[in-house]
Amino acid sequence: MNGLKVIYNRNLRNRIHLSWMWISLGVVFVLPLSLFIGLMWKSAILLDQQSLIDLLFSSEWKPMAGKFGYLTFIVSSVWVTMISLLIAGPVCLLTAIHLTQYAKSWVLKIMAPVIDILAGLPSVIFGVWGILFVIPLLANHIGPFFGKSVSGYSILAGAIVLSIMIIPFILNILIEIFQTVPKELSEASLSLGATRWQTIKFVLLKKSFPGIVSAFGLGMSRAFGETIAVLMVVGNVVHLPTGVFQPGYPLPSLIANNYGEMLSIPMYDSALMFSALLLFVVVLIFNAISRLIILRSSR
Amino acid sequence: MQNSIIDIKQLNLYYGKQHILKDINISIPAKKITVILGPSGCGKTTLLRSLNRLTELDASVKISGEILLNGQDLLNSTEDVTTIRKKMGLLAQRPYPLPMSIYNNVAYGLRISGRRKKKFLNSRVEYYLRQTNLWDEVKDRLKEPAATLSIGQQQRLCLARGLAVDPQIILADEPTSALDPHSSRMIEEKFAELKDSYTIVLVTHILRQAKNIADHVIFMYMGQVVEQADVREFFENPKEQQTKAYLQGQFY
Ligand SMILES: Nc1ncnc2c1ncn2[C@@H]1O[C@H](COP(=O)(O)OP(=O)(O)OP(=O)(O)O)[C@@H](O)[C@H]1O
Ligand SMILES: [Mg+2]
Repeated sequence: MNGLKVIYNRNLRNRIHLSWMWISLGVVFVLPLSLFIGLMWKSAILLDQQSLIDLLFSSEWKPMAGKFGYLTFIVSSVWVTMISLLIAGPVCLLTAIHLTQYAKSWVLKIMAPVIDILAGLPSVIFGVWGILFVIPLLANHIGPFFGKSVSGYSILAGAIVLSIMIIPFILNILIEIFQTVPKELSEASLSLGATRWQTIKFVLLKKSFPGIVSAFGLGMSRAFGETIAVLMVVGNVVHLPTGVFQPGYPLPSLIANNYGEMLSIPMYDSALMFSALLLFVVVLIFNAISRLIILRSSR
Repeated sequence: MQNSIIDIKQLNLYYGKQHILKDINISIPAKKITVILGPSGCGKTTLLRSLNRLTELDASVKISGEILLNGQDLLNSTEDVTTIRKKMGLLAQRPYPLPMSIYNNVAYGLRISGRRKKKFLNSRVEYYLRQTNLWDEVKDRLKEPAATLSIGQQQRLCLARGLAVDPQIILADEPTSALDPHSSRMIEEKFAELKDSYTIVLVTHILRQAKNIADHVIFMYMGQVVEQADVREFFENPKEQQTKAYLQGQFY
């Protein structure tokens, strides 16, 4: 009798676990899908009126005249993201290599929580830091060094702030990845007469390549979608940027700055939804590509 | 001992404050198989790793004494540590194939020593794969990742890649403990062949293995060398009480 009850309880528990699993699985799949469908539906009005090519490759942004060309925003987003990754990538790789391969173990023990805290800071703090330090640095030193008089609010400012933001994020993942490489593997390479550096190049980096790609992919998604910190320093001028000292206007800033305002303009609502859709799709593609690389190299 | 290739004198090793190797004095005969026996935790692996100076990767390790290879001290050598390590091939408890193809695993040591000629590499790779009885099994899949091999094959690959840097000594730390009986026997037989050209230092827990292939035996207990003798002497007529107890299986 008692035994039966236990079995019954266990079955019930199993069933509850199972149903929770299905629900969470459902949420994981349905939520983004419904988001995507919602965005599609909302931007359909815009897509009806203008061709996709026009939308993506024109920089003419005149909402009053019903002209929505996204090139300025796309180019700004791409530049800010790429430059931030260009800065953060090498810094993260070298730091992670140093911390896991060369530094004394107590250094990593101290650094790990510090990096965690940095990764968890609210992004507005990075924005403030950008305004206080990066903008003056660009306006007073780096700009003049290149013979330019600039305000500081620029693509470069956005990229620098972003890179500082994503460094702890990427670094965290890289350290974890490097630590999972068994030390016996490095020792095998060393015992064959390889130097430390050769071992890092041919064994550590090779072994963790898929992980590195995914870390950068995730960092890139993060950078592409980051809103507030970039918005605070990037200038937000609707003008196709032709240099890194010029202000830009990335997609997330466009949405954040304008949503809820000027919705009386016809199609403006739809236009903002379309930029959200763009953001969504690009981040999706970043993720898909990094996953594909992981899949192919793990075979 | 005449014909010794390695002489260890007053070797002491600490992990932090822990005294792991205590006053080690041993000689390892050239072109023979020397087996290191001893209960778990007595320092066999540590001793083996100090030979090719892998112990110094750990910052907390302090080491003193002398390890003479052909009369030259390895610990205080001005020679590059990579040159020293190339003189010894290491075979670990489990195979750790490098994250690359079968071919590149064997060619790795040669490439990092600056040998790049395709033809040379091809012939060396084939030579060492044949030497470890692996060639026929892998000749059609040299480009495949080494991780796709079976564990037994991987261990032979690790032996091949170690031999490819042309060492004088093979250091093997329980190299058959992860292998099936057949693969184990293959490795043992290989060692018996290889001792014509190499000095082999083998750590094992398997007394049968030691009896079968050893020429010389070193018995360690709690960081000290208790007894060292020729294999027959060691098994038939052990001198020390601890050795007798160990051989009777009183502790492992
Ligand atoms: N990296 C390390 N840091 C601190 N102590 C260590 C380290 N490596 C080994 N030791 C200690 O050194 C002693 C000897 O270890 P070692 O691995 O050499 O033993 P062993 O004889 O090879 O044992 P087994 O037969 O189980 O492999 C053990 O007490 C172990 O705890
Ligand atoms: Mg051991």
